[in-house]
Amino acid sequence: MAGLLIVLGIIVIIGAWLIGLYNSLVRLRNQVRNSWSQIDVQLKRRHDLIPNLVETVKGYAAHERNTLENVTRARNQAVQATGVPDRAKAEQDLSAALGRLMVVVEQYPDLKANQNFLALQEELSSTENKIGFSRQFYNDSVMTYNNRVQSFPANIIAGMFTFNTEPFFELEDRADRQVPQVSF
Amino acid sequence: MILIGAMGSLLVLLGFLIGSALEPGQGGVVGAIAALGVWGLLLFIALAGGDQALLLGARAKQVSKQDLPRLWNVVEEMTIASGLNVMPRIYVIDDNTPNAFAAGARPDKAVLAVNTGLVKRLNRDELQGVIAHEIGHIRNLDARFLTIAAVLVASITIVADMFLRGFRYGAGMRRIPRLPLPVQLGILAGAAVVALLAPFLAQMLYLACSREREYLADASAARFTRYPEGLASALEKIALAPPPPASVNRALAPLYTVNPIRGLAGAGLTSTHPPTEERIRILRGMAGGAGYVDYEKAYRKIVGGRGGIIGKRTLSVEEGVPSRQPSPEAEDRADRLEIIRQLDALLGRLGSLLLLSCACGVQIRVPPSLERDSVQCPRCGRQHAVPRASLPEAVPAASAPGGPGAPVPPAPMETGAPPTGSSLAPVPPRSRLLRYERRNNGWESFRCACGKALQLSPAFDAPSMHCPSCRMEIEIVPKGR
Repeated sequence: MAGLLIVLGIIVIIGAWLIGLYNSLVRLRNQVRNSWSQIDVQLKRRHDLIPNLVETVKGYAAHERNTLENVTRARNQAVQATGVPDRAKAEQDLSAALGRLMVVVEQYPDLKANQNFLALQEELSSTENKIGFSRQFYNDSVMTYNNRVQSFPANIIAGMFTFNTEPFFELEDRADRQVPQVSF
Repeated sequence: MILIGAMGSLLVLLGFLIGSALEPGQGGVVGAIAALGVWGLLLFIALAGGDQALLLGARAKQVSKQDLPRLWNVVEEMTIASGLNVMPRIYVIDDNTPNAFAAGARPDKAVLAVNTGLVKRLNRDELQGVIAHEIGHIRNLDARFLTIAAVLVASITIVADMFLRGFRYGAGMRRIPRLPLPVQLGILAGAAVVALLAPFLAQMLYLACSREREYLADASAARFTRYPEGLASALEKIALAPPPPASVNRALAPLYTVNPIRGLAGAGLTSTHPPTEERIRILRGMAGGAGYVDYEKAYRKIVGGRGGIIGKRTLSVEEGVPSRQPSPEAEDRADRLEIIRQLDALLGRLGSLLLLSCACGVQIRVPPSLERDSVQCPRCGRQHAVPRASLPEAVPAASAPGGPGAPVPPAPMETGAPPTGSSLAPVPPRSRLLRYERRNNGWESFRCACGKALQLSPAFDAPSMHCPSCRMEIEIVPKGR
């Protein structure tokens, strides 16, 4: 009788421990998804800012058509991209196009003094920072989650309930892995 | 947690001893429960309305994105970097001292208050560092933690105080014949000693808590921003800022020791006690990293000791976290003006010291009390004449502006304060100027006839200046003219 109780007790303890493990995996996975949606929000915000920016710049530097068109095209591609690796690539192209636009803008002092442009500029550079920081947090969450999913003993539960590892939001060029910056 | 436990047991011990002293036997337990009751009540009040009271007291105004877009954006950026679900509400306090604090018992109802001085003085990276530090406090639940601790301190102080006061007037003392007198006296003495010591002990524990939390928030800030230099340079600027004028807050500070509000304020940037210089050295000693591991290493190297401040679990899951580059925010004209203003404040703090550089490399500081005309360099023994503005003796009267008989040129300053000080040189008539010939065209300082030390920067190129103390006009002759 006593032996049965001990066995039962052990089973209950192990069961509680497994439930705790499962719940921690769920919590981490939700954190990863939540931080991905944060990146999404910021990327959308950048897409929304760009037409405005392009219009403002056009008013002062209409003949920089090539640069402006590149920005618009990169933006449209970024809007349409799906899947983490594709989006990362498209967003990187967009960042590059914006960077070139900002270099061009340097030559128009009138534009740089425009209040509307200044506000857009602050908004855009802050959005770039936010993208960077949300990516940073996403990658941190993914790292914690992946570490947990792949390490023993959680990997057994992860295998049973199909917790898969999540991809990092990575940029190819290592120099670009800092918070993206638009220099004005 | 251990510290809170220690303070809690101190409170219970105090209650128990006081209870036994008043009513041997049952009194101990009742006393302990009563002491805990006091704590619970104060805690409830503090957590329910503490941050509102604090903001009201500081005359903080809530701001929206339209008011201060840059501040708002930086707070939003740091909210994202820290993974907080809800952005804290932002308040601004119209105060030129650069400082900030975070409050709020729950992260989703947090409040972040920033002084206008901070917004004005710091560049984006620095502001980011400070905000990240405050968000770190919110993330680490410091406001709640410190409120609990501060309220414990307050309850211990209150309970001890009540007992000591009662003791002094002999109220509530009853002699119970069952116990021999020496034992009763012994318990009474013990309670009195604990009641006297407990508030100090609790205060010490509280300060230790709050210091540890500051370091932890610094580590979080480095990790959130991936740029420890931002916070380091902000701390430097804050430390260099002129000290705040003695204000009402400061006068009331002793009262706040028993005020639960103090616990919330304890999460502020400068109101707690790790030496700023040490915090800067740790942040700068992170050797290109920005993670908790790097902070821990730097902390151990600089503060020493085995005990770190970051939990082993956090350290074990972290991988290498590199630091990023500074953001390319251009230092525009406003920034440059601000730098000049800060330099000015710095020079002002040097006060009336004259700075002489000797050829051997020593900077000699001449105090205003020195009446001699020359000083000796303490290293190489060279003699230096103390530079003074003087009457242009060699200049004949004819070449002085206007000449003797001519109408008097406009007086430099009609409402000027009368010159003060004991070592007054003969004050020249208003129509004449003092004159100072520059010795070099770099940084240079000289003494006005009234004894006030004046500093010239390399950029100074006006023909004359007014002494800020006696308002005398001084002609400045550049070197080599």
